[in-house]
Amino acid sequence: MPETKELTSPIEAERERWERETLLPALQVRPERKTRFESVSLEEVERLYTPADIAGLDFSNDIGFPGEFPYTRGLHPSGYRAKLWTMRQFAGFSTPEETNSRFKYLLQQGQTGLSVAYDLPTLMGHDADSSLSEGEVGKCGVAVSSLSDMEVLFEGIPLEQVTVSQTINAPASVLLAMYLVVAEKQGADWKKISGTLQNDILKEYIAQKEWIYPIRPAMKLVIDTFAFCADHVPRYNPISVSGYHIREAGATAVQELAFTLRDGLEYVEWGRRSGLAVDSFVPRISFFFNAHNDFFEEVAKYRAARKIWAREMRERFGSNHERTLQLRFHTQTAGVSLTVQQPLNNIVRVAIQALAGVLGGTQSLHTDAYDEALALPTDRAALIALRTQQIIAEETGVANAVDPLGGSYFVEALTEKMEEQAREYFRKIDSLGGMVAAIERGFPQREIQDSAYQYQKAVERGDQVIVGVNKYQMEDEGSTVPILVIDESVRQHQLERLEQTRAKRDAGAVANALEKLRRAAQEEENTMPATIEAVRAYATLGEICAALRDVYGVYEEPAI
Amino acid sequence: MNERRIRVLVAKPGLDGHDRGAKVIARALRDAGMEVIYTGLRQTPEMIAAAALQEDADAVGVSILSGAHNTLCPRIVQLLRKQGMHDCLVLLGGIVPQEDIPKLKAEGVAEVFLPGTSTEEIVKFLRENVKPRG
Repeated sequence: MPETKELTSPIEAERERWERETLLPALQVRPERKTRFESVSLEEVERLYTPADIAGLDFSNDIGFPGEFPYTRGLHPSGYRAKLWTMRQFAGFSTPEETNSRFKYLLQQGQTGLSVAYDLPTLMGHDADSSLSEGEVGKCGVAVSSLSDMEVLFEGIPLEQVTVSQTINAPASVLLAMYLVVAEKQGADWKKISGTLQNDILKEYIAQKEWIYPIRPAMKLVIDTFAFCADHVPRYNPISVSGYHIREAGATAVQELAFTLRDGLEYVEWGRRSGLAVDSFVPRISFFFNAHNDFFEEVAKYRAARKIWAREMRERFGSNHERTLQLRFHTQTAGVSLTVQQPLNNIVRVAIQALAGVLGGTQSLHTDAYDEALALPTDRAALIALRTQQIIAEETGVANAVDPLGGSYFVEALTEKMEEQAREYFRKIDSLGGMVAAIERGFPQREIQDSAYQYQKAVERGDQVIVGVNKYQMEDEGSTVPILVIDESVRQHQLERLEQTRAKRDAGAVANALEKLRRAAQEEENTMPATIEAVRAYATLGEICAALRDVYGVYEEPAI
Repeated sequence: MNERRIRVLVAKPGLDGHDRGAKVIARALRDAGMEVIYTGLRQTPEMIAAAALQEDADAVGVSILSGAHNTLCPRIVQLLRKQGMHDCLVLLGGIVPQEDIPKLKAEGVAEVFLPGTSTEEIVKFLRENVKPRG
């Protein structure tokens, strides 16, 4: 029929001819290795992409120029030619003294920003001397129980010059307060300091599960930091909306993309409902994505993320403010992809994952150390991880041209497909009443759990190959690399400082400050000023979180 | 003879919330025909031992990624033994340095499964090592 003919473009006709004349005979001689090729997210990948796969795209609307809407090709008009990404290695272990010296070492080695990892008691709002902290002090990060610890952590590091990212969520407002008080004591101007607080509580309920309070009051604490920072610490990013942990929990690339951005929209909506003007706080919302093994899927994910965010800010919130439309993000290579088996292979995985982050236009990057499937990184492993970024930046030439993969039929088609799939999730979550309501019903949690299980099955069938684990295995090499050991003396050291802090402080001032904080929480005032006052009086993290728990209660996870 | 299905308590002690592994294993054991009870997050050794007793578990699968295994696992074993559960196996999965494994086994942990272990291996271990009940 003539209509069918019109629908077939010359390229499609050419493709049919190619399949018939060139491909089929080749397949007869050498069949393909498997019947279905799929990404690490178990999405099918076609054999070949041509202009026909991106025929629906409009260059200016969908791809465009870097530094312009919809920012598919990056935020900066000249990419990395003006400024490389920030090399920001996540570090933290043992005592504040130990981590302080690791920070200084990393800065000496050419690292350009700091990123603090706190231990589990700190992440959960417990002091080092709580019985719940036994066996966990200083293990997964640095132990911080009060302002005294924070003072040691940043001793000799000028907070007006160095940007610091803090990975802390449920008790984030307290750690922000400690950071601000330390900066003030150094003589730094709050208006000049910059840095990032992770403070993304939604992904805790979805994926990482380090929560304290129920969702709604926890969201209120997040919005308090938005309002406080917009007024007093204008260059500080009070949130890093994180897909990293969602991916690590087993999500596919599309689920990571969709749930993270939908979390971001939820924060914007809550901020707006609390009375903040969208363009007063959204420019300071930052994002954090994973860099997993599937190279092209990851690059497409970052490009789609920028495009979706810009469009949503326009369409949902009517913004035309450039900084509101621009999605800025940090990337970390996928911890979950690291293997205990043949651990040095991880150096190669990390390099390729990092390259995807760079080609996706990340603003900052953390590269994992090869020994992280065994323990926290040793100095040597951490240094190789940093050097990996420096090699990508200085030797490979990938930072010379802006968005070098833009225009690839495959990458553009994938970017488009991921945007559509993410929007499908947005519609579902919107129909459930938004992300908070969706989490309360266990929707994203269930989706991720299913994906994690499907992936495990694919690995066990051998459909997904992990070198050294289900193919090319060797006698175990795990014990051949030295690992970092953190013993129980760390807890003793922390207990001593905590005891001294409690002995030296003015107990009356602490009690008053905590009472003020309880009142601010009850009356739904902004809790930040009272939190800062409590921190200044050397109230401990555990005491401050307990005061808020008195008012808000604790979260109970629904059975999923 | 009615064959009793293997009953496994999957437990997440300590403060860590990373439950991907615990949940994947719970589902795989269930798919393999076992009865699985998942404790939920942040259970103390005391709570885990009490749940094992109440559920009459043949095995307790403990998932720890935070480095707190040397403190938590021996305590779980001791508590189980103290309440008379001498045959209840304690299995550990997670991020555990090789150096710690002999000590954990000496303290009564039946087996340690490191990242990359297939769920089939764990199923096989349970089938071969859970003592049949008289």
